[in-house]
Amino acid sequence: MISVALRGLAGRKFRALLTAIAIVLGVAMISGTLVLTDTIDRAFTRIFVDSYAGTDAVVSAKSPDLSFEGESVAAPPLPEEVLDQVRKVPSVGAAVGSVFEDSAVKILDSKGEPIVKNAPTFGFGLDSSVARFNPLELEDGRWPTSDREVVIDSGTAEDEGFGVGDRVSVATLQPVRDFQLVGIAQYGGVESLGGATFVVFDIPTAQKLLDREGKLDAISVAARDATSPDELVRDLEGALSDTVKVQTGVEQAEEQSEEVGFFVTFIRYFLLTFGAIALFVGAFVIFNTLSITVAQRTRELATLRTLGASRRQVLGSVLLEALVIGALASVIGLFSGLALASGLNALFKALEIELPTTGLVFSLRTVIVALVVGIVVTMLAGLAPALRATRVPPISAVREGATLPASRFARYWPYVAALMIALAGALLGFSLFVDDIGTTERLLAIAVGVLALFVGVALMSPKLIRPLATIVGWPARRIGGAAGRLAQGNSLRNPGRTAATAAALMIGIALVTFVAVLGAGLRDSNRDAIESQIRADLILTSEDGYTEFVAGASDAAKTAAPARVVTEVREETARVAGSAQNVSGIDPDLITTGYAFDWKEGSDAVLAQLGTDGAIVAENFADDKGLLVGESFTLEAPGGKRAELTVKAIADPPPFYPLLGAVTIPKQTFDSTFERKRNRFVFVDVNGSPEAAKPAVEAAVRKYPDARVQTRSEWIDKEDREFQQFLSMLYVLLALSVIVSIFGIINTLVLSVFERTREVGMLRAVGMTRRQVRRMIRHESIITALIGAALGLPLGVFLAALITQALGQFEIQFKVPTTQLLIFAVVAIVVGIVAAILPARRAARLNVLNALQYE
Amino acid sequence: MDTRLEPTASSNAASNGGSDVVVRGHELTRRFGEGDTAVDALRGVSLDVQRGQLTAVMGPSGSGKSTLMHILAALDRPTSGHVTIAGTPLGKLNDTEVTKLRREHIGFVFQFFNLLPMLTAEENVLLPLSIAGEKPEPDQFEELLQKVGLTDRRKHRPSELSGGQQQRVAIARALVSRPTVVFADEPTGNLDSKTGGEILELMRESVDSYGQTTMMVTHEARAAAIADRVLFLADGVIARDLGRASTHDVITAMDEITSQ
Repeated sequence: MISVALRGLAGRKFRALLTAIAIVLGVAMISGTLVLTDTIDRAFTRIFVDSYAGTDAVVSAKSPDLSFEGESVAAPPLPEEVLDQVRKVPSVGAAVGSVFEDSAVKILDSKGEPIVKNAPTFGFGLDSSVARFNPLELEDGRWPTSDREVVIDSGTAEDEGFGVGDRVSVATLQPVRDFQLVGIAQYGGVESLGGATFVVFDIPTAQKLLDREGKLDAISVAARDATSPDELVRDLEGALSDTVKVQTGVEQAEEQSEEVGFFVTFIRYFLLTFGAIALFVGAFVIFNTLSITVAQRTRELATLRTLGASRRQVLGSVLLEALVIGALASVIGLFSGLALASGLNALFKALEIELPTTGLVFSLRTVIVALVVGIVVTMLAGLAPALRATRVPPISAVREGATLPASRFARYWPYVAALMIALAGALLGFSLFVDDIGTTERLLAIAVGVLALFVGVALMSPKLIRPLATIVGWPARRIGGAAGRLAQGNSLRNPGRTAATAAALMIGIALVTFVAVLGAGLRDSNRDAIESQIRADLILTSEDGYTEFVAGASDAAKTAAPARVVTEVREETARVAGSAQNVSGIDPDLITTGYAFDWKEGSDAVLAQLGTDGAIVAENFADDKGLLVGESFTLEAPGGKRAELTVKAIADPPPFYPLLGAVTIPKQTFDSTFERKRNRFVFVDVNGSPEAAKPAVEAAVRKYPDARVQTRSEWIDKEDREFQQFLSMLYVLLALSVIVSIFGIINTLVLSVFERTREVGMLRAVGMTRRQVRRMIRHESIITALIGAALGLPLGVFLAALITQALGQFEIQFKVPTTQLLIFAVVAIVVGIVAAILPARRAARLNVLNALQYE
Repeated sequence: MDTRLEPTASSNAASNGGSDVVVRGHELTRRFGEGDTAVDALRGVSLDVQRGQLTAVMGPSGSGKSTLMHILAALDRPTSGHVTIAGTPLGKLNDTEVTKLRREHIGFVFQFFNLLPMLTAEENVLLPLSIAGEKPEPDQFEELLQKVGLTDRRKHRPSELSGGQQQRVAIARALVSRPTVVFADEPTGNLDSKTGGEILELMRESVDSYGQTTMMVTHEARAAAIADRVLFLADGVIARDLGRASTHDVITAMDEITSQ
């Protein structure tokens, strides 16, 4: 029996391969994601492990243990005296300090623009006197020894054509300056840092340029010969005050890897989701293809039964076929994933998210996961057809044109479908409208709910095929003539088959529609949120728009002739009333020239009465903490300083995109509480038109190239564009599942043509031209694809409406982007045309005589 | 092993009444459809198939001959009546038990051969054994191939064989497991007359040399003429039961039945 199944499959190589492709793409996505994220992970680990390879212990300030929206707040620097204390500990062999900053230092390209690629821009102050502590390897030149010299990373040097001896401009927290490039370095074993850049100064220079006078970020320590790292840590802890943290080099490396690991894990699951969607669609295709092949082999299966094959053997033979297809597809997918990993990386690069890489990491875990997932999904999809195959009665062996008997449960399907849809409704309702459930549970409930909804609609769809085909078949009947009418008839012949084929495309279209509708709403909300808050003519931000930038830029902006009012908004994360929150520092008397408050309690008049301990809190934060006007709360800065504050007013910023933090305090209070005094925004009001004033302001802040000047409308457009880019990435990733469904349509058509060989021969014999045959197949394909669109578009709109409703607290608008949805319908037609190419050619090529004799 | 499938001496004695009957049908009726459109294909047929005999079933189309064979071969179930194969009553057998019964007791020859296209002639012949997880006796297998004249075609696929050769493969496949009874459904129906004649000779020979009990449905008089017994069906009942008959006798009998 095993050989019968395998030989059968070998006899249908082409069809088996077509079937396998349905799973290949999903598996490739999974293996590609794992390879890419493993590679990024390895690159990061290399960076950290190599950085601390020669270090027995690291002394740094106690971390504030604060993280806001996934980003943890860096520890404040240590006083330099700690280094002397460390050196006095007897078990210490050597110790050097270092300075580290991850956003303020930017290299300027030849046009004077800062090089920023949505990645950290590191500034280091390194003591190169003890080589073992140096995380970097020189590729050329030497280490900097004066305040006029720097070393930069090899990636930037290569991209920008910088060589040792060149002059390089570097932006820091001081006005921009030229340095002599004395060396080029890289982390050992790392091919590319992705979009990240670094600049190495000597320590005194770094301290001066990065606001760290008399301070160090970390101290690297090596033990005297016989002392173990753990003993060294104990000795240091004993000798130093408990405001510092002492860890072994290994622990430090692990801690930093873990922080980055969170980010890599997020990317991994994000991408795996799309792999899972592609596999889900692939499962539909496999299910459908195997159902058709089983139906076509009714007679063969019945003959096997008459020869003594048991139901179990029949079941086994179909499942074995699924196993082989699954294994074949998984192996191909696994290796295609290697190529796809580079493609995914290119996709991120296109979005200016460059990630560090090293040689591709192809781990055993990737192999196992890809193979197991691919095979299991294929076999699960093959289970229903295999069970149906066991229902073939032996008597079908002697009946001409025997067809697969209807499943025992066929008449229950509509009920099962209704049940699935009800289950989906319950799960979605639960996940979206019930509070007090964890994020994981919520996401899981949404995922399972959407799956159930898709399956339910797919099960229901055979009932919808007739009306839908009549509607979407109208153009085929009109322009396709006899071929078009036959095409519509063919699509109705086996509604279950057409439905399953269309359902695969339905999923892709539904998800794309969902993204489009939700995205349109989010975009509008985004734009409205920004527009309602911003009053300023010009806005200064950092180059990337979201990191804080040098405070000096706002003083520079004041020197511009057209500048009427310049007001800055500081930002930093702190522990406020027990939780991590963004805190904004403002000029109370000037802020309203640039920013419009929407008051819940209070008015612009409150701003003048803030004093030093007054705070404006956002409504959702106040609700969360039960804070009322007049009540006090404590703010604790990352450096450990505390401030007792009193609520003076409650604002109601747009929840979707508040430009100020949960707590807003006067700048003086901010500056006396926080170590880092940097701006998130600088708002500038000008005399005359903003466009005309912009060049003067730009010229004024030229010393601070990281400060980017934009008019109000430019800034709003930019935010909008970035959002659009993100949506584009989702479309690209969802395209994968649409491609899978194309193969589903190809499969169904190829099998249908094969099945109707004799009929096509008859049509040709009575005068149908090859062209008409092709047209007939093409129209059937388009009708199937349009049914998929007709099911998917409303489903996607519905899901988007549901999510919009569920995210009510963010006040997201609901908007149906009609043009875009029409484009998707056109895409469905194109999908139909593309899918029909191969099957139509095969049908048209049939030799009339052979086709008629075909048995 | 399920004892119900193994004809013991006592059950044989009980159900067969001591004679050498391998297939017994008792008061078989078969109704297709329901209500006004119901068709009675069989309306009370009883017969015994004797061991070692070639029994032919004849009749005009719609006479119920195929239905009778399907029921006797456990492919279909009667609306009423009982079938016993090799002493085993089929009435209460479940699918697994019927499968087992087929492996041990039943061989099939089909009008359209029903060979598996991806297997060679030899593999097709061996299929019933490999399904049952058994191995052929090499000498006997060679002899069988020789008897059906396939020794030099054993590695060919069905598509490389003529219709007659394909039916030879099918006959060898039916014989390979030495079943209690072989059912042949219009075995010459899809062959030209010369090839059909050769196939009939082969079937006759298998009865003679192996003592292979065989039941054959046919509408060809000369096919019926090689049988030891010819049953004529008309309108769902046995209209005539002849012993060995010449082609002429068979044609005469057919004419009489159809003209009634």
